Amino acid sequence: MSYLNDNQEGSVHLLMGNEAIVRGALEAGMRVAAGYPGTPSSEIIEAFSKVARERNIYAEWSTNEKVALEVSAAASFAGLRTMCVMKQNGVNVASDFLLHLASSGTRGGMVLVACDDPGALSSVNEGESRIFARLVEVPLLEPGDLQEAKDITKWAFELSEELRNLVMVRSVTRMSHASGNVTYGKLPNTEALADFKCDGPMFDPDRGPMISMIVGAADLQHGPQQEKIRKAARLFEECPFNTYRGPEKPELLIITSSACNLYSREAVRLLGAEDRVGILKLATTWPLPPKLIMKNLARTDKVLIVEEVLPVLEEQVKILAAEMAAEIGPTRFFGKNAGNIPSVGELNPDIVIEALSSILDIPYTNVSDSFDDAARELARKAAPNRGLTFCPGCPHRASLWSIHNALELDGRKGFVCGDIGCYVFGTLPSGFSTVKTLHSMGSGTGIASGFAKLGQFGMDQPVISLCGDSTFFHAAMPALANAVHQKSPLTMVILDNNGTAMTGFQPHPGSPNNVLGEEMPAVDIEAICRAMGALVEIQDPFDIEETQEAFHRLIEHDEGAKVLILRQACALSPERRHTKNFEVEIDEEICLGENCGCNRLCTRIFGCPGIVWDKEKGVSRIDELICVGCGVCADICPAGAIKKKEVA
Amino acid sequence: MKTSALQRDPYNVIITGVGGQGNVMASRILGSMLVSKGYFVTIGETFGPSQRGGSVMSHLRISGESSWSPQIPAHRADLIASLEPAEAVRVMAQYGNPDVHILCNTRPIYPVPVIRGEEEYPSVEDIKISLKSLASHTFFIDATEEAQKLGNTIFANIILLGAIYGTHLLPLEREDFVEAISQRFRQDQIEINLTAFDRGCELLAR
Repeated sequence: MSYLNDNQEGSVHLLMGNEAIVRGALEAGMRVAAGYPGTPSSEIIEAFSKVARERNIYAEWSTNEKVALEVSAAASFAGLRTMCVMKQNGVNVASDFLLHLASSGTRGGMVLVACDDPGALSSVNEGESRIFARLVEVPLLEPGDLQEAKDITKWAFELSEELRNLVMVRSVTRMSHASGNVTYGKLPNTEALADFKCDGPMFDPDRGPMISMIVGAADLQHGPQQEKIRKAARLFEECPFNTYRGPEKPELLIITSSACNLYSREAVRLLGAEDRVGILKLATTWPLPPKLIMKNLARTDKVLIVEEVLPVLEEQVKILAAEMAAEIGPTRFFGKNAGNIPSVGELNPDIVIEALSSILDIPYTNVSDSFDDAARELARKAAPNRGLTFCPGCPHRASLWSIHNALELDGRKGFVCGDIGCYVFGTLPSGFSTVKTLHSMGSGTGIASGFAKLGQFGMDQPVISLCGDSTFFHAAMPALANAVHQKSPLTMVILDNNGTAMTGFQPHPGSPNNVLGEEMPAVDIEAICRAMGALVEIQDPFDIEETQEAFHRLIEHDEGAKVLILRQACALSPERRHTKNFEVEIDEEICLGENCGCNRLCTRIFGCPGIVWDKEKGVSRIDELICVGCGVCADICPAGAIKKKEVA
Repeated sequence: MKTSALQRDPYNVIITGVGGQGNVMASRILGSMLVSKGYFVTIGETFGPSQRGGSVMSHLRISGESSWSPQIPAHRADLIASLEPAEAVRVMAQYGNPDVHILCNTRPIYPVPVIRGEEEYPSVEDIKISLKSLASHTFFIDATEEAQKLGNTIFANIILLGAIYGTHLLPLEREDFVEAISQRFRQDQIEINLTAFDRGCELLAR
């Protein structure tokens, strides 16, 4: 039995934030969960799948976030409690349906969990999902610690049913991927029966059709939707998760939410400022409860807002403060706008300490300057940068190697439009700086489709796009259809590594299994591309020669869209993880080292972590602990010094 | 409350290493061991976008009072346990202080710029000398070599856990480890992990 399914009320477990969210949903009797993988949100659907049978849950990895939200909404319309999970970027993808869903409202409790990544630790941007709650007018909750990640999630389902609309719960990396003590509540023992009641009149919330809006009838639907938000604000006045700790009349009031609550508490304690600073930690960050805000603003005239990414909380509090100025008097605000809190990047206790220390003029030191200097100097000498690169034996390194070399050989200044996956490293030297555009999922092929139509304006560079197998289904298919239909002569390279690898091998529509491990029909990428009308070739990227030849054939073919599927499982995939195809070694007699015509092609350019430059001997060698035995390096060494022997 | 058994409250541990060394697993097991003893544990994980080869760091806050920030404030670590020497140095610069205890595996994993020949990786002996000059207590173990003797380098993380236990800096008992791994590993993996744990503890006693 999973520890997530422990039925003992009051038991304490060490849970990751994402697991705490799952436990909250289980305690709320959630039945259907859907999502698309993305750091830091991916563990949620995976955890549901582990308890799915025991708790009669349906969980799926959907094709993309918009589909996930639709799948989840169907459960709500049928009266079930349901959760939809995605990273911040996914909310952008789902946002079209999100707007309409917020308008139609929901039935069974529906919670959208959006996990933001302040500082873009595992993302290509530092997006902000809280804005969406305001944009589509649904309530927003933010847990302020790991216990609340569970408790607030559970409450979110009740709130959703009371308001009859979707409720957003926003987490951040430091909440989703942090772990801490969580005290369990009861697991419900309820039956679930799905029934979509749709035989009632229009706008009947219980039995009517679920419709976003009748054309030209904004007042009929938008008005009641806004009344739900006003009701949420009234309910939030009494929300027990909005807490104040500090003196009755502090010199400075911190208003904060989410992980920033924990940084603020730590900062106040380390400065010994508990008697000067109060902390209002808000769990209900949209809409803000005005009376609660007024009561707290009235405590002092100095307020510091501590939050990450955009000044969402700051702006909302300022609006209320302006409206209340006649009652509470003028307030001086500190935060992102005033420059006390950085406008980009994630926060930590030290950033809050610095802000407080300067506002309140409290000196703070942690170590002596001489220690700090010595430790930094040592790090400068002895802690070389790790850099960003592909794993040893990664098929993407081999694929990008072939694409890069083939484009160089072709000589027409061809370039690659990249996409989202581990292959974003194609923008860096570790991917031979092959990728020249990089935006959102599926955009590589859309952009390439446009570039490849610029021939009439004199552009004759070969145009290549990249995408992974999961990304193909997620968002690249419409772009390929466009390219085929518009006769756009791009070459789309699909790096098919057999799963959503970057986030941990979640299945996608091309996989033979679903998240529950059940056998499923695998949708065939090759057949789709052919059916769309593209010219398709398939190669194993570990076969460098064949791959480069196929690539040349395709880029020279200038009639319409072409697809090259490079198929090789991820080096960390379950099927490759513990198997070595080759024993690889370097013949020191043959290795020319720096005298090689290539000037250390293997270590300097190819850069697989399994090959190390031995400076003293002046030769390369294989690090047998790192090498996974893909054997690709044996084919790139011009001197033939790298030997591979097939493992029996 | 359990505060008395901790040298400080919160007591701050950083487990660091390189992606693929089992850093996160080690921090979760250590955290579970302490939660079962009644402590509040908060863990923050920092890892970059690459699954292999990047710096990885887990911050553990152990307290008898409450949860804490999942990020330890600068220079406030009490124990730095590292699966890789250069990572110990990196963490020392940001979170170290003169009173910190350092427990370090001596097997380097070379960063890509070093592999490329663009940057230097100093000798492990030099790293040892420098860390000794900065920290009050240092322990160096060859966890990777010991793990290889057990058949797989991945056991280095469990050997490191055994060594953490062996420092007696934390209120841990061997039984806590047995309980924690029983919840996480298959039955046939328990014995080898227990052997690794004991080996780590012995390495420190030497």
